[in-house]
Amino acid sequence: MHSDPLVIAGRTFNSRLVVGTGKYPSHTVMADAHRASGTEMVTVAVRRVNLTDRSKESLIDYIDREKIFILPNTAGCYTAEDAIRTARLGREVGLSHWVKLEVIGDEKTLFPDNVALLEATRVLVGEGFVVLPYTNDDPVICRKLEEAGAAAVMPLGAPIGSGLGIQNPNNIRIIKEQSRVPVIVDAGVGTASDAAIAMELGADGVLMNTAIALANDPVAMATAMKLAIEGGRLAYRAGRIPKREFASASSPGEGRIAPVAAAAGGRAGA
Amino acid sequence: MSSWGKISLTIRLNGEPYEIAGPVTISALLAQLNIDPRIVAVEHNINVIKRQQYDETVVNDGDEVEIVRFVGGG
Repeated sequence: MHSDPLVIAGRTFNSRLVVGTGKYPSHTVMADAHRASGTEMVTVAVRRVNLTDRSKESLIDYIDREKIFILPNTAGCYTAEDAIRTARLGREVGLSHWVKLEVIGDEKTLFPDNVALLEATRVLVGEGFVVLPYTNDDPVICRKLEEAGAAAVMPLGAPIGSGLGIQNPNNIRIIKEQSRVPVIVDAGVGTASDAAIAMELGADGVLMNTAIALANDPVAMATAMKLAIEGGRLAYRAGRIPKREFASASSPGEGRIAPVAAAAGGRAGA
Repeated sequence: MSSWGKISLTIRLNGEPYEIAGPVTISALLAQLNIDPRIVAVEHNINVIKRQQYDETVVNDGDEVEIVRFVGGG
């Protein structure tokens, strides 16, 4: 059906945009944004049931599971053990063995604790999980995660929710060059051009939440992101021109009409 | 002190003390709490309990239970 699908762990996605479900003004806006984005995979968090407030509205009611695959995350986990427990719980709720693995190392930046992340990846891969780890734009940790069995690697563009865009494009390019699993830029995207840049660098996909959910018009931004990712991917596959130091004229040199002579006596016309 | 003839047990449920009348299965506990078992996952003393084991897993005095579900997240 699609000529250039994203394939992760043998599963095919026709969209290279993965979207979160957090921070939307309402579940309805979220559902509309998901539809506009064309996404086929969304992330969810795993949290305690509120035993005192039992309002009937459930997030899952607003996710079209015919079209969209649910990817539980381990957001908010600061140790490998908690991330592993959360991944196992997520598997029980969602009945899939996929997990976006996050082990956070710092509260302010939400940067990953890669030591614990690597350990948790090994354990969960051993238990049959399809592990998509959120990590730094560090080619070394990405290689280690891939060797540990991660089904994809997800280097951040910039801190979660920061909207700073791709802070280290060269590293993303290096990670893509060395990886044999898909590379999904996850975190930090702020606007459409950031997503396009990630795809032009060769990323296989982009994961974002805040950029859409907190935009003034989330549905419009979702559409913008969809188009940006398609455009960036096409540009990447089209093979861009190299960057040059100086100009290279686009129009031919031959066949120009004779320029008017600058010396005295030259006639400028009737 | 509990009323005569009844034993009142206390478990830790989602981080808070919770009284149960006696040992109770996960299924019964969820029913008591009016929670749909299909949209949650349950941890009993740090072990994730598979849905098919809810009827057989018994929660007792002093046990820790976590009941979670999916919420919005990135």
